Amino acid sequence: MQAILEFEKPIEELEVKIAELRNFATEKGIDLTNEIAILENRAREVKESIYSNLNSWQKVLIARHPERPNVYDYIKHLFTQFYELFGDRLYGDDPSVVGGIARFRGRAVTVLGHLKGKDTKENLARNFGMAHPEGYRKAMRLMKQAEKFKRPLICFIDTPGAYPGMGAEERGQSEAIARSILTMASLRTPIIAVIIGEGGSGGALAFGVGDRVLMLEHTIYSVISPEGYASILWKDASRNKEAAETFGITAQDVLKLGVVDRIVPEPVGGAHRDPEATAKSLGQAISESLDELLSTDPEILIESRYNKFRAMGQAYLV
Amino acid sequence: MVLDFFRKQKYITVQPESENRDIPEGIWVKCSRCSEILFNKELDHNHKVCLKCGYHFRVPAHERMEMTLDEGSFREMDAGMLPVNPLNLPDYGDKLDSAVKKTGLKEAVVTGEGSIGGYPVVMVVMDARYMMGSMGTVVGEKITRAIEAAAAGCKPLLIFSASGGARMQEGILSLMQMAKTVAALTRLEEAGQLYISVLTDPTTGGVSASFAALGDIIIAEPGALIGFAGQRVIEQTIRQKLPEGFQRAEFLKQHGFVDMVVPRPQLRAVLTGLLDLHLREEI
Ligand SMILES: [Zn+2]
Repeated sequence: MQAILEFEKPIEELEVKIAELRNFATEKGIDLTNEIAILENRAREVKESIYSNLNSWQKVLIARHPERPNVYDYIKHLFTQFYELFGDRLYGDDPSVVGGIARFRGRAVTVLGHLKGKDTKENLARNFGMAHPEGYRKAMRLMKQAEKFKRPLICFIDTPGAYPGMGAEERGQSEAIARSILTMASLRTPIIAVIIGEGGSGGALAFGVGDRVLMLEHTIYSVISPEGYASILWKDASRNKEAAETFGITAQDVLKLGVVDRIVPEPVGGAHRDPEATAKSLGQAISESLDELLSTDPEILIESRYNKFRAMGQAYLV
Repeated sequence: MVLDFFRKQKYITVQPESENRDIPEGIWVKCSRCSEILFNKELDHNHKVCLKCGYHFRVPAHERMEMTLDEGSFREMDAGMLPVNPLNLPDYGDKLDSAVKKTGLKEAVVTGEGSIGGYPVVMVVMDARYMMGSMGTVVGEKITRAIEAAAAGCKPLLIFSASGGARMQEGILSLMQMAKTVAALTRLEEAGQLYISVLTDPTTGGVSASFAALGDIIIAEPGALIGFAGQRVIEQTIRQKLPEGFQRAEFLKQHGFVDMVVPRPQLRAVLTGLLDLHLREEI
């Protein structure tokens, strides 16, 4: 682990100790199985207690964890025969959006996702997962392709938001996001969207109009970042931790507001501690959702998708 | 400037008013761009466009209805829909109260039916005075109902956007209004109905990135700020000042995202012409 979050330190300390003990046992040829088991138990307890009492800000940190599995990790674990496809056929290729075709449990599907890097170099290459218009337009091209070939569409959402830059504005960031939402709203093929990290604002929603919208357990989905919320409403970006608790951004909050369908459990300790187990859990959830959707008539599918988004917030109207 | 003020007075064509004379701020207003002192009545006659520099003042929703629709044709829809506070944020309740008091509106959008040059339309007007015209649950719902009414009643849809974007105080539900309104536009598409999107100052964030960007025809008012990201956010990201005119209506047109930039005094005529082409056959 390179990045240890402050509240994870007790877990990390125990894990280091366990590793040391193991090395020591091998080197000296002594049996420390019992001692190691005791420590492992302790580590599990500490992990469970920390991870069952996370506050919203801690969840933000886990959702943004640099080692959190990204779309490429899920592709590796969940799909076979992945062919990445590039470019929007209009301007260029956006490396912060990954898309292609692959096989999921025997079935050909289209895969899309934002891609954050795991280190600075990768992040610079991927623009920290913040897409330009060409990223959304590449995505739209692949969405239409999925429709043409009757492939289900699976979207992995993980972005701080759409990129706020000059080129992005010149090339129509607003139009690209709006049209991506429109394209998804009327796409005649099943769509599953999963928030695997950070679901930041319009840039996330551009991939988020799914028949099923899932969130991993320690992820966030928000109209603006906690930093943005604090800086605009309180004129103080340093109150981000407080903001995180305020405006309902965790998977659990968002589920309660009726915006997503399901929370997918992560292994204790978070996805970044066990990407493989996370992928397994997510694969199961995707598979279940897909089975439901594939047995639905396409006309009914689009009608239900409409009703699903039509109902957003309606429970709160007076 | 003061001299200007008195000199201009001679040429004023408005009738001498008896009622507002004793309320000075009701008589004149200073142009926020060129600082010219303008008579309110004169400004109103010029569709709230500065007579000296052409600056387009922001227009309250009901005034926009009046200046755009045929006289007496407006029938408001969902007039009674009240603002909501789904996350129960204490300071949001206060903000809503003061916005209601300040504008006399219940929410940041007014919707209804009316006619332009005799052609029936469904009309949506956002009001930037009400919490920057931000879109929360109620704004999204009213706009969605208006779009659905246009689709069901086979009437063209006109949306005048004026909004800083999604309303943060309603959290993720505000973001979802983007999906809700855009999904409703698919109904209009199926019905083969015309949608004219008019972008007024400002149209940014979640509103610019949803229904506002999707008109069959997109018109912008001169000088209107239109864009996805806020200018300060962009400047902080790229660490440089933005050039003059960036994200203004003319810039959007130059980059291919707006069909026309129409000065407000000509807007009603342009809308009438477009409606005529869509609704009346000559053969
Ligand atoms: Zn002026």
